[in-house]
Amino acid sequence: MSISRTSRRAGSLVAVGALAFALAACSDSGTTNPGATGSTGSGSTTSDAPAALSGTLAGAGASSQGKAMEGWAAGFADIAPDVQFSYDAAGSGAGREQFLAGSTLFAGSDSALKPEEITAAAKRCFGGEALELPVYISPIAVIYNLPQVSAANINLDAKTLAQIFDGKITKWNDPAIAAQNEGVELPDLAIIPVNRSDESGTTENFTEYLAAAGEGAWTHEPSGDWPVSGGQSGNGTSGMVDTVKAAEGTIGYADASRAGDLGTVAIKVGDAYVPYSAEAAAKVVDASPAAEGATDKRLVIELDRTTTAEGAYPIVLVSYDIACSVYENAADVANVKAFLTYVASEEGQARSAQPDVAGSAPISAELRTKIQAAIDAISVK
Amino acid sequence: MPVATAPASSALTLTGNRLPRWAPWASVAGSALVAWGVLVLTGEHTATTVAALTALLHAVALTSVSRYVEGPRRATDRLATTLVTVAFLLALVPLVSLLWTVVSRGAVLFSGTFLTTDMVGVFGDMTSGGVAHAIVGTLMVTLTATLISVPIGLLTAIYLVEYGRGPLAKGITFFVDVMTGIPSIVAGLFAFALFTLLMGPAYRSGLMGAVALAVLMTPVVIRSVEEMLRLVPNELREASYALGVPKWLTILKVVLRTSVAGIVTGVMLAIARVIGETAPLLITVGMITRTNWDVFEGRMATLPVFAYSQYQQGGVGVDRAWAAALTLILIVMLLNLVARGISRAFRPKTGR
Amino acid sequence: MTPVPTSSQDSTVPGGGQAPHGAVTTAAGTPAGVPAGGRRTTAATMDEDMHDDSSAWAAPGPTAVDHRVSGHAQPPAPAVSLRASGASRVADTIFKGVSGATGVLILVVLAAVAGFLVLRAWPALTASPDELAKISWMNGQSLLEYVGPLVFGTLLSAILALGLAVPLSLGIALFITHYAPRRAAQALGYVIDLLAAIPSVVYGLWGALWLAPVLDPIFRWLSDTLGFIPLFAGYTAPARNVLAAATVLAVMIIPIITAVSREVFFQTPVLHEEAALALGATRWETIRMAVLPFGRSGLVSASMLGLGRALGETMAVLMILSPGYLFSFFLLKPGQHQSIAANIAAKFPEASGLSVSVLIATGLALFVITLAVNMVARWIIARRAEFSGAN
Repeated sequence: MSISRTSRRAGSLVAVGALAFALAACSDSGTTNPGATGSTGSGSTTSDAPAALSGTLAGAGASSQGKAMEGWAAGFADIAPDVQFSYDAAGSGAGREQFLAGSTLFAGSDSALKPEEITAAAKRCFGGEALELPVYISPIAVIYNLPQVSAANINLDAKTLAQIFDGKITKWNDPAIAAQNEGVELPDLAIIPVNRSDESGTTENFTEYLAAAGEGAWTHEPSGDWPVSGGQSGNGTSGMVDTVKAAEGTIGYADASRAGDLGTVAIKVGDAYVPYSAEAAAKVVDASPAAEGATDKRLVIELDRTTTAEGAYPIVLVSYDIACSVYENAADVANVKAFLTYVASEEGQARSAQPDVAGSAPISAELRTKIQAAIDAISVK
Repeated sequence: MPVATAPASSALTLTGNRLPRWAPWASVAGSALVAWGVLVLTGEHTATTVAALTALLHAVALTSVSRYVEGPRRATDRLATTLVTVAFLLALVPLVSLLWTVVSRGAVLFSGTFLTTDMVGVFGDMTSGGVAHAIVGTLMVTLTATLISVPIGLLTAIYLVEYGRGPLAKGITFFVDVMTGIPSIVAGLFAFALFTLLMGPAYRSGLMGAVALAVLMTPVVIRSVEEMLRLVPNELREASYALGVPKWLTILKVVLRTSVAGIVTGVMLAIARVIGETAPLLITVGMITRTNWDVFEGRMATLPVFAYSQYQQGGVGVDRAWAAALTLILIVMLLNLVARGISRAFRPKTGR
Repeated sequence: MTPVPTSSQDSTVPGGGQAPHGAVTTAAGTPAGVPAGGRRTTAATMDEDMHDDSSAWAAPGPTAVDHRVSGHAQPPAPAVSLRASGASRVADTIFKGVSGATGVLILVVLAAVAGFLVLRAWPALTASPDELAKISWMNGQSLLEYVGPLVFGTLLSAILALGLAVPLSLGIALFITHYAPRRAAQALGYVIDLLAAIPSVVYGLWGALWLAPVLDPIFRWLSDTLGFIPLFAGYTAPARNVLAAATVLAVMIIPIITAVSREVFFQTPVLHEEAALALGATRWETIRMAVLPFGRSGLVSASMLGLGRALGETMAVLMILSPGYLFSFFLLKPGQHQSIAANIAAKFPEASGLSVSVLIATGLALFVITLAVNMVARWIIARRAEFSGAN
């Protein structure tokens, strides 16, 4: 369609070259974009470039990936300027639904596909199956608003954290907290726990952590919806951060990139207290086994919340990009492959890891190899 | 005559004793001074507390003095004046602060480039990018909604004013009133339910949002057009009939023409009413970063949803949200001005 | 009162069907005539308009002219005039039919709103408790148990908002119409109109940014001094409770209520007011005796409009309220209440399948509430209109 436009772009030669490199990795699947053969006459396109990507690539899903997606979209536009890329950060549920209904080519989701969705995915994917690629790993920071505490972090273990969020510990100078924070002068101030009021992957991961590591102090089921009622809460990450900022003594949890100048909790792992960091988040992912039912296409990770691995930060959100192993036409295949390859690439991961973009944790080389293998297997019906 | 019967030299007036004109102002000033003094002493002098205490003291002082000097009726009047004024000022505080907040926070990123660029390729802390795509989306969706609701609204209003008699017209009038109260999110859910049933669960388009807005807009259009048509003097209609003009032509050429200014104004105000709707668009139209000119297919960016989603992103997004809000208000203002201009230009000069 | 044929005549003259062709041509001829005339109207006075019209009619196609001229220039033979009106009667019937049909369309749309909501909510309405229990935020409740607190929260926040907004709006409207100088009144009226059009997201942003810190000390004081009343007990900062949400809602609906009641007050017959003043009434007495009685039904309908807005408001509540799902009268405690609309907006993105149906079912409940409120309002207004001499 708009192939001829490619040549008009000044940087297209470089772009196509980069793309050729990206696609060379998956030569065995034998997809050269047939649409590209028609791109004669415009002259400047190198004849052996596999494809000038074009068309639309629509995705929708997790809002947690929203900022990272913006970064990736910009990076992807550099290598494929003619692809109309869009990502609607409408939420994981909406994203999965729209993907399964076939209106988007990929979805972002904070949770893995449910069994019935996997069945539905086979139909949507023209007999293929769904790919679940853990491309976005982000530490969840436990944030608090205590301007009078000058220490860099407050140290807490999972049990204390669970009791705080369950309303069992109500004062900042409670002995349970003080015992873990020698030398820190804790104020005699009521603790105001803040939770997310909407259903979210952040809440789900946080409650999973509390339930798994809380030594029984957290009696509620892990859920995307906060189980304790009657407390302060905020809608979305912004609502959460704003609420925590609005009063002293508050404590909440949010995507680490949004912690800003609020205090953050160092979590007890093994015998040490680990503050959040991208590397620490990546470590727990590497230390975690694959989830039950995971395949080499559905790379679902069962996060090991009780890990004692040194320097690992266990409160982590893993968000998946969900795509098909089979698409209807070659253009879709080429676009999806190119995009996901970019996202999983070192460059793409470095982009999203920038603190001003999303502050995510780059995936490890080992995970990248697995992801790339899954991407390479995407084929035309 | 009271003048004749009053021997005292000082009371040569027709009215009873009145407080001087400066009395209320003096009372305000005195109350403010006392309030400030008292609150400084108790150490709680903030603008809010001083204002509150001033109002209270002023009301009490002026009313009691007036009651003593002028009698109970005037005292009640003065109390009412004070209360009305205080209510007015009290309500003005949030409204003024609202406008001020939007303008001052919105001005941070607001610029010509902001209005003419979209969000493609903008990420992280970049302050570039803008709302061009959202402006286009908002205008397209609103225009589509207008195209749906104005003909329906116009014809229904004509029916009600010119033809409507009997139970049907009564029923329509009643349900139009009821329809005015449909919450915007319900209209959004309706559009969502309608289109997902017809077009499959994943269909998203500007049209979907436009239908939701049209549901909200139509009753407003009907109401205002109806009012305008009723303002057309019956003499005009009768004159037209007397000339042998059939009724439908009379309506088209006399009634509508006479009231066209009011109708346009009404439509403009109805547009202003729906252009800022967020919730129905949030669940129907979605959000993208580039301009979409196709109302029938694909997501569209709209200003209110853009503002909300940028706020959700935090960081620079919050500034962008305010700038988008400012843009939206400017558009609404522009619509209002255009409406006023049109009504002035079209207003029949011999009408009332 | 109109010389135009009534429907009974319509049915007696079968000739109406005789000239469908003529009717079509006239109908087709009009659209061409209308824009041209319409453009002229911009500059013309109304008198000129009338002349304009008659001259414009002389211009178009011959069929139309013939009828018109024969219609009123010569004292005609009855047969001719009958034929002329017969043709136009068809056009008239069509026009009436079309406009009536759109009127009916309104009813259809309203029915469709209800119908489609029911259709999409049906899976939730008929779902077994086991299926509903799978939705995490239902907490094992039945649909009714889930909707109940939401309805309560919606009504509570809207009624509180109305309680705050109506006295203030009344004050502003009276100030503008009866206290402020005329010029200032116009300017203020314009500002109020503008505020009525400010999108609700902006109110939400403003509420979180500006209002919550302002309300905090007030709520703290309320909770400290009046905390023995359960209503005001247990305030927890930040100010994200139902009273804060109601305050924002009040600020949102003040412009709407003010705008409508201002119009109503302006329409008070000047004679009534002058009569009151002539009797020596003070300004307040004039308002109480002449203005308020006249404007009462308008005020009620303005308030109902505001209530409707407050009931359905989504974004502001979503951004300001810490939601909870309880039947609770703790106005200052966070996490006690939630409105239906905000709940839908909060839950919708992550919802799929049955949970969407549940949300639409709550939307249906909201629809029913607003319908009920509006109907009651209409009924009140109609009753007042019947009994009050003012109207």
